[in-house]
Amino acid sequence: MEAELAARLVADLAWVRPELLLVGFVLIGTLVGAWGGDRSAGVLSGGAVLVLIIAAALSFGQHPEAPLPVFNGALAIDGYGAFAKGVIGLAAAATLLLGADRFARSNARRFEFPLLVALSAIGMFVMASANDLITLYVGLELQSLAAYVLAAFRRDDARSSEAGLKYFVLGALASGLLLYGASLIYGFTGSVRFDLIAQAAPSGGIGLVFGLVFLICGLAFKLSAAPFHMWTPDVYEGAPTPVTAFFAAAPKLAAVALLARVLLGPFGELTDQWRQVIMALAAFSLVIGAFIALAQTNIKRLMAYSSIHNVGFALMALAAGGAQGASAALVYMTIYLPTTIGIFAGILAMRRDGEDVETIDDLSGLATRKPWLAMLLTALMFSVAGIPPLAGFLGKYVTITAAIGAGLWPLAVIAVVATVVSAGYYLNLIKVMWVNPPAAPLMPTGPTVALTAGAATLLVFPGLVIAFGWITQAATTAALTSFP
Amino acid sequence: MEPVLLLAPLFAAAIAGLGQRFLGDRGAMALTTGAVGLSLALSLYTFADYVWLGGEARVIELFKFIDVGGFKSTWSVRIDTLSAIMLVVVTSVSFLVHVYSWGYMAEDPHRARFFSYLSFFTFAMLALVTANDFLQMFFGWEGVGVASYLLIGFWYDKRSANDAAIKAFVVNRVGDFGFALGIMACFFAYGSIRFDEVFASAAANPGLVFDFRIFQVPAIETIAALLFIGAMGKSAQFFLHVWLPDAMEGPTPVSALIHAATMVTAGVFMVCRCSSLYELAPYAAAFVTITGAVTALFAATVGLAQNDIKRVVAYSTCSQLGYMFFAAGVGAYGAAMFHLFTHAFFKALLFLGSGSVIHGLHHEQDMRFMGGVRGPMMFTWAMMLIGTLALTGVGIPGTQFGFAGFFSKDAIIESAFLAGESGRMFGQIAFWCAIAAAFLTSFYSWRLMFMAFEGKFRPNPDAHHDGHAHDDHAKGAHQGAHDDHHHAKPASGAAPAHESPPVMLAPLAILAAGAVFAGVIFAPYFLKDEHNFWRGAIERRHDPLHPPATAAQEPAHYAAPAAVHGAAAGDYTPAAAEAHEAEGGHHVPTWVLWAPFVVTLTGFLLALPIYFFSQTMGAAIARTFAPVNAFLSRKWYFDELYAAVFVKGARALGDLFWKGGDKKIIDGFGPDGFAWMSKFTARMMRLSQTGYVYHYSFFMLVAVAVIGAYAIWQGGAFQ
Repeated sequence: MEAELAARLVADLAWVRPELLLVGFVLIGTLVGAWGGDRSAGVLSGGAVLVLIIAAALSFGQHPEAPLPVFNGALAIDGYGAFAKGVIGLAAAATLLLGADRFARSNARRFEFPLLVALSAIGMFVMASANDLITLYVGLELQSLAAYVLAAFRRDDARSSEAGLKYFVLGALASGLLLYGASLIYGFTGSVRFDLIAQAAPSGGIGLVFGLVFLICGLAFKLSAAPFHMWTPDVYEGAPTPVTAFFAAAPKLAAVALLARVLLGPFGELTDQWRQVIMALAAFSLVIGAFIALAQTNIKRLMAYSSIHNVGFALMALAAGGAQGASAALVYMTIYLPTTIGIFAGILAMRRDGEDVETIDDLSGLATRKPWLAMLLTALMFSVAGIPPLAGFLGKYVTITAAIGAGLWPLAVIAVVATVVSAGYYLNLIKVMWVNPPAAPLMPTGPTVALTAGAATLLVFPGLVIAFGWITQAATTAALTSFP
Repeated sequence: MEPVLLLAPLFAAAIAGLGQRFLGDRGAMALTTGAVGLSLALSLYTFADYVWLGGEARVIELFKFIDVGGFKSTWSVRIDTLSAIMLVVVTSVSFLVHVYSWGYMAEDPHRARFFSYLSFFTFAMLALVTANDFLQMFFGWEGVGVASYLLIGFWYDKRSANDAAIKAFVVNRVGDFGFALGIMACFFAYGSIRFDEVFASAAANPGLVFDFRIFQVPAIETIAALLFIGAMGKSAQFFLHVWLPDAMEGPTPVSALIHAATMVTAGVFMVCRCSSLYELAPYAAAFVTITGAVTALFAATVGLAQNDIKRVVAYSTCSQLGYMFFAAGVGAYGAAMFHLFTHAFFKALLFLGSGSVIHGLHHEQDMRFMGGVRGPMMFTWAMMLIGTLALTGVGIPGTQFGFAGFFSKDAIIESAFLAGESGRMFGQIAFWCAIAAAFLTSFYSWRLMFMAFEGKFRPNPDAHHDGHAHDDHAKGAHQGAHDDHHHAKPASGAAPAHESPPVMLAPLAILAAGAVFAGVIFAPYFLKDEHNFWRGAIERRHDPLHPPATAAQEPAHYAAPAAVHGAAAGDYTPAAAEAHEAEGGHHVPTWVLWAPFVVTLTGFLLALPIYFFSQTMGAAIARTFAPVNAFLSRKWYFDELYAAVFVKGARALGDLFWKGGDKKIIDGFGPDGFAWMSKFTARMMRLSQTGYVYHYSFFMLVAVAVIGAYAIWQGGAFQ
């Protein structure tokens, strides 16, 4: 009996090698940091990037035929999670690279940064393959707690501290909502395991749906979906820019993957009950993200609303339901992540007198000062605005197609209109860069950010466009095996 | 051979136009002139081969243009009598104008561009006349329109030239719209746009109607009328004539080539090409007749009061085109083509001669400031004299002595009379208009001759010796030949003019030869169909003057009209026709024969005292009849009328749509309104972003409450 348990444990551990790798790195890294202090930050950053990339590669390699529950059903190893974890790992590595470079340049490097990012990544990995309510919560909190600390990373900076505190307080509220929902679900179904909830769900009644609403609201906060988005602009603005870049990328995908897992796994039978909630969240996110951004003058706040708007697209795909919707959401986020990382790399590339450039006016005449950077940013902006033939267009195309396929015409129309509005501020940024008279000169761009921005642009066009068919197919296969 | 004939000018134009940097001006000029010369040689050969050496009418298909769903169009070269005539006219005048321009444009900085345009025009015109279907004709039609636009506006730094170019283009659009509609109607009615097929279908199906449900219109009448509207635009007929005088802003060689000899006659050519359609459409033909007649008279009246030498000739062109049209309208297509043919020579001669005078007088175009030019410019004077004699149609009726215009114009006038006698619509009106116009033509032509060449030189008081500033229109015209810019008046009263260089005079001489001999040589061919000249290229059954002798003369290949011929031939028994031929075809009363001669002489005699013996009488008459003079010199106030109605109307309409429709409604509720609303919404929404944590959490909880309530309500808990 015990031998059997031990054997199963060993077998299960083999499936969580990416997570184990990261955990091991964090433990060792903490020790190294404790002895080496901030001098070891460089080594740890490099190591974290390496480990994240390896973890991503390992995740991509995990392709069980059918969803494989491990650790007594606490986690599920399946294609969807593997795909999401792979992309999360790469995105986290990229943003970590950006951040390490930035902090090194501004002499603010601290060894905690790579470790916190790695911890957060572990949380995201757990989220992506959570298979019961407990793991869901643990993963979420692990990711969030690391994020709270990261937001307040420049602790001598009032805005950064404020951002961390706000994030934490509101995050705690959201966690409360989520936990309350989880308890209701447990109460009405008698289980925390997704497969068992799924069995009991059809007879769950209104109470179960009520619990699900709370759960969704808690997750919507993490996703920064409207109307649970209000923390986003403040935190994005207050947090150090590399941290904002991190927030804008990987955790969004992790939350989308988690939401997909919850909605389509245990509550797949209740699609008609939750669809309208998701649709409402999607519509609010699309519209609010598009409109309020028009009135912003700070690039980071603008990007916050941009991410709200883009999450709306992913939610719209999820609202379509089924493997089709899940795959569309995954493809959308896979295209969105490099774009947003590229844009943040571009923002990080612009420094003036040792300070980060933060307002839109600072971009004036960038085309004169740094033509290459302006060109990269222009391509990325066009992509995120959804202009063909850039990858962003394809992302919008698959999500809108999924929504129309599920008959969600009104939502698709809202999405299109909101996209037009959002094009207003993306195009305005481009106009500011190319038409307005040049602002004061900028400091030289570091190779890392330039490389990241360049690579992101190459991914946006033509990389992901060429790979689009492959990505779509992979995501569809993954979604089909995970949510049959 | 035919493809070379057609395409040589195109390639020359392209090479000269695009490669002028490498070729240089002289290279471009030599290339284009050579290419047009080659076309001329081939055209002459084709014409000779066709008329005398037994060449066949033929169609050489070059390649397919469109072949979609039954709509077929082919690039082709159609050689028959009509196109052979036009080939000779176009290439010969074009070649001479090219040569003339070597002198006239000698100092223009953009000679390569000029010659490239000229050659391009030649190509487009050749494509027009050798078309075998309506689409290629339309292509050529538009091509010459573009070339005309480019050449009128050749001096693009001159405001009036640009305005004139735009005016020409816009007015032509009106006509072209009709033409295009006509082509579409053709395809709609007959399923084809190839000439032979269309004419055959039309003849086989004369009763076809277009059914608009509310009303019905006969198909052939509609098509013929629409096509004629196209011709009205291109050939500057009444109502659409306004662009032609303004087109004189272009360089004078251009006026001679495009706006006298070739392009403006495209409409006449087209009507003749479609002669079998017009013979089946009596009302459309009547429309052609009356329009032509009115234009002939109207333009002649305006010509009386113009002072710009080129404008006089331009209105004269307009008037002569009117002659051609009403000739075609009454069924005398041969006479129409004949007049086109002779007119090309003498009108080009008059234009180039005027150019020579303008050149010699340092760019003075106003006849009031000429006079006494004959002495210094004897050769030009002689050439202009020949041109004037040919234009006024001097000749002795009943004999074969006369200038070119005598044969063609008198044939037209007699045709109109006979047609009127036989009851053809508007025939009589056309005849009387023609007589009146002939009188006026004579008067204004001699007025031009006397004012320009005779008497004492009248220097322009505003002038000038700065010819270039006054008129950059011939900025190139000065050659080293007259460095003696002496402007001291010679005691004799002769003008301080100089004769033009030989390169400009040689074309004049050649054209003058044509103006003298073209009539007498070719009259039998054009009018009496000698040597079986026409071979069915035009419909001659109703030719008032020389109807074909027998049905057998109808060539066999012209199958379709021949098929219906039996019905129509009742008017002409072969015996009667033969008798007709034997009498020389002239069934016209003697007074009709002599009428043109008399009015022409009267015009001359009237002009003599007013402008030859007196220097002031013309001006005095103009003062006495000031309102009439103003009416005529302002061209019947057509420009003012059009400006008030169309230009202002279009602008008002545009303003209405722009300010009311676009700005207020579309922009207001569309982009601008939406943008304003978006920004407003953004500002409003932004207010919710207070920065206070308790506000944020409040929002979250409200949202949860609302969504939860909704979920419960939807679940049916409240029911």
